[in-house]
Amino acid sequence: MKAAVIRFPGSNCDQDCFHVLHNVFDVETHYVWHKETSLDAFDLIVLPGGFSYGDYLRCGAIARFSPVMKSLVEQAEKGKLILGICNGFQILCEAHLLPGALVRNQSMHFVCKHTLLRVEGVNSPFTNAAVTGQILNIPIAHGEGNYTADEATLRELNLNSQILLRYADAGGAITAEANPNGSAENIAGICNARRNVFGLMPHPERAAEKILGSEDGRLIFESVLNTLGISKAA
Amino acid sequence: MKVKVIVMPKQSVLDPQGVAVRDAIHHHGMPEIKSVRIGKFMEIEIEGEKAVSSEKLHEICRDLLSNPVIEDYQLEIKD
Repeated sequence: MKAAVIRFPGSNCDQDCFHVLHNVFDVETHYVWHKETSLDAFDLIVLPGGFSYGDYLRCGAIARFSPVMKSLVEQAEKGKLILGICNGFQILCEAHLLPGALVRNQSMHFVCKHTLLRVEGVNSPFTNAAVTGQILNIPIAHGEGNYTADEATLRELNLNSQILLRYADAGGAITAEANPNGSAENIAGICNARRNVFGLMPHPERAAEKILGSEDGRLIFESVLNTLGISKAA
Repeated sequence: MKVKVIVMPKQSVLDPQGVAVRDAIHHHGMPEIKSVRIGKFMEIEIEGEKAVSSEKLHEICRDLLSNPVIEDYQLEIKD
């Protein structure tokens, strides 16, 4: 298995993603500069967090037109696994690989804290190692993570079980208090209809080792390894 | 040739920046201010006469300068 971590100018979670894939899960991982034009060699493509192009215009709006994105769209159409974290999620929405958009947090504040997420569906390459209803402790760090979509899109997301993670309280209740950014229906992560493209605002790569206070983020990476038929790293 | 583009958040999308500014205006003693919405104004200069078709300009407005999921745009072309 080969994983790619795409680097845009302004990506800043690229090394964290590389570290978790390479050192924690022993996956052959390569950095791919955004000017590259081929992603054929990879089984998993990660768009890391950060502030690509300084978040100019809109988060992810300019990264969407980076040369590598043409290949990313092709790989998505081929069914390759694509994981967008934080700014990566914003880029996937701007590129129309995922529906909806991420706008300014309702509070107007940049929010950096641990959040609790309820796993809404395990029928996906990114959540199959979890249990439905399981609560994951994974941090967020964003100013624009407020998921927005029109009613028809929200209905479709629900109908197709594309909402994989929601902000919840410790008991698993989906409440306004548990919603850190004002996201519609407490949405923290969604996949496309084909289920091979997943975007989430929380950072699983920041919760994949005990020393960081939570290992719950491992489940996302373990799910990917399961999907690709690779046994878990010890 | 000069082009002006205004990008505004859609009416259905909450604009927290606008709400914060409206509240600040209220604090300035103007409670009659009902709402504020904050968008972007862009000025684009184009070399040569009629170098770019309005079709192309609309394309760039739709694909890059605005996100149709959350925003509407107005394009004004000045020769």
